[in-house]
Amino acid sequence: MMLTYYTFIILLLAATVRVATPLILASFAGLYSERSGVVALGLEGMMLGAAFGSGCAAALYHSAWIGLMVGILVSVFIAFIFSYVCVFKHGNQVVAAIALNICISGLAPTLALAWFNEGNQTPVLTEPNQRFLDISLPFSYLFKKHPFPGLIYSDVISGHSVILYMAMVLVPVSAFILYKTRFGLRIRAVGENPHAADTAGISVKRIRTQAIMISGVLSGVAGTYLAIAAGSGFIPDMTAGKGYLALAALIFGNWKPYRALSACLLFAFTDSLATRLQGVDLPVVGVIPVQFIMALPYVITVLLLAGFVARPEPPKSIGIPYIKES
Amino acid sequence: MNHLKTKYYSLIEPVFLPALNLFLALIISSIVIRLIGESPLKALHVIWQGSLGSGEGIGYTLFYTTNYIFTGLAVAIAYHAGLFNIGGEGQAYVGGLGIALAGLFFGALPMWCVVGLGIVLGALFGALWAAVPAWLQAYKGSHIVITTIMFNFIGSSLMTWILVSVLRQAGQQAPESRQFASTAFLPSLKRLFLTCGIDVGQSPVNAALIIAILFAVLVWVLLWRTRFGYALRVVGINPSAARYAGISPASMMFSAMLISGALSGCLGLNELMGSQHRLTLDFPAGAGFIGIAVALMGRNNPVGICIASLLFGILVQGGGELAFEMPHISHALVVVIQGLVILFCGALEQLFKKPLRRLFINEP
Repeated sequence: MMLTYYTFIILLLAATVRVATPLILASFAGLYSERSGVVALGLEGMMLGAAFGSGCAAALYHSAWIGLMVGILVSVFIAFIFSYVCVFKHGNQVVAAIALNICISGLAPTLALAWFNEGNQTPVLTEPNQRFLDISLPFSYLFKKHPFPGLIYSDVISGHSVILYMAMVLVPVSAFILYKTRFGLRIRAVGENPHAADTAGISVKRIRTQAIMISGVLSGVAGTYLAIAAGSGFIPDMTAGKGYLALAALIFGNWKPYRALSACLLFAFTDSLATRLQGVDLPVVGVIPVQFIMALPYVITVLLLAGFVARPEPPKSIGIPYIKES
Repeated sequence: MNHLKTKYYSLIEPVFLPALNLFLALIISSIVIRLIGESPLKALHVIWQGSLGSGEGIGYTLFYTTNYIFTGLAVAIAYHAGLFNIGGEGQAYVGGLGIALAGLFFGALPMWCVVGLGIVLGALFGALWAAVPAWLQAYKGSHIVITTIMFNFIGSSLMTWILVSVLRQAGQQAPESRQFASTAFLPSLKRLFLTCGIDVGQSPVNAALIIAILFAVLVWVLLWRTRFGYALRVVGINPSAARYAGISPASMMFSAMLISGALSGCLGLNELMGSQHRLTLDFPAGAGFIGIAVALMGRNNPVGICIASLLFGILVQGGGELAFEMPHISHALVVVIQGLVILFCGALEQLFKKPLRRLFINEP
């Protein structure tokens, strides 16, 4: 009995880590963009574009790594258009992001149908080298022999795709870049007070464009993960709001790296719990409708924004185009 | 002379600018069609034929148009108060619940009562779903875009739960309610169109079209002929000036969002009372988002919105036919055009405004 609970928890944690991966990547993509003062509503579209690009490339070139490269390229291209509209033409960031998201959600299935003729999706990837398969970390078989506590290493920490470990590295690296480097300081300065930053000789346009590009790269990895690591090919609407959820996690984490990470893990945990509690009769509360647990992350975020959980501290110049006085 | 030119220009800009933006969106879409390996001109012809080439096509086009008038007006009224309401999808969905309640439980009343109750409950539920984001924006300063997106997801979960666990009939597979009472069926406009010499066939165009146009007139009157509308527009243009003039921006924003939610909530009149006659899963089907494109293209003016709605009605109905006629083209192509229209009319509106002004009125 004890052991069944134990394995249940192990499975739950392993699922949490898996679900959290794209959220963490996208959330940190949003972190760079938002801290520089640019609204990160475009995450959803960039992820979807990357999912489509990587799905196509992996199917055509039989390589997951080429898939990743193309995924990132597509996402960065979208980021490029976005920065042109918002940074250089001072367009409304929210409207531009929503427009691009809608565009991609139409363009990806349209091109998929035209190029592969298998419905609105890319071909299902069957070969092992087309996807990022789960890898075992060294000695995990040794740990497996002693399930208590060995499974924590062999099944929760080990046994995931390489992209997950990239995401794990990304977190401390991003925290370091944002708080300990000159570039990070500039990003934050531009996000808080672009006028002051400009006066100090920092190019607001340049820093914001760089931040959006980094955002594009990371969203690209996130989208690739969905298509060719977690999934086996692109399917329409496969991001299913994960970009917005990642943004919610970022807000819930008060625009701070480690708090955003915790928020991603929390959201992923509720998601994994929801799938496992589907139809299970719990003591006291009975069967919780799965839809309620699914809606939980969004409810939590709204509560945070309402100021019930903590005081939200967004970057001060978020969403405001910077127009240099001449 | 210059004064006359300026006067002319104020008439030219609202027509020319959206047309130019739409043209650009169509050019890019044509490139996509070209990439796919089909002929853009032929595709345009199919869209035209499919939407306006037959009586039935016209009926369907007007049916979709009705949807977009509701959601377009909703986006516009929030926009006039300086708010970007992208929660139309969720507000329409939850508003549908109100309409379904009227159709399911008050069917014994006479028809005008049931329909009237449907309008009231749909508007009420839609407004209710907009109320929390509105309140948070107006009094807590949290960003309306984020909260309305969250409420779209929460609304979707809520409605799925209601449809699956509450309203679904025992022994029924599909997550939908039972059929409404027949008093809750909005009458078809088939006869009306027949007197004009158009046979709309089996298309579901119904009295909701008239309600939608009536709403457009009401919104116009509200915005440009009442004190309330004036206050609302002042808040949208300059909140600090509004405060100085004794208008509370917070309460105006809150009211504008409630009206916006109410208008979205009425989408179900057309989709549910007019066509499906039951509450179905995900019935707004993106109409809330098309409302954004419609409002931006119609320059947030009710007349413009009706025209833009007709245009999107043509695109959606014609796009469906296009997917049928040319199997290589997905019906999702319309979504691309929709996104491009939002991009050009919304985010890049300044791009052509300046050159156009320079061209016509020599404004620097």
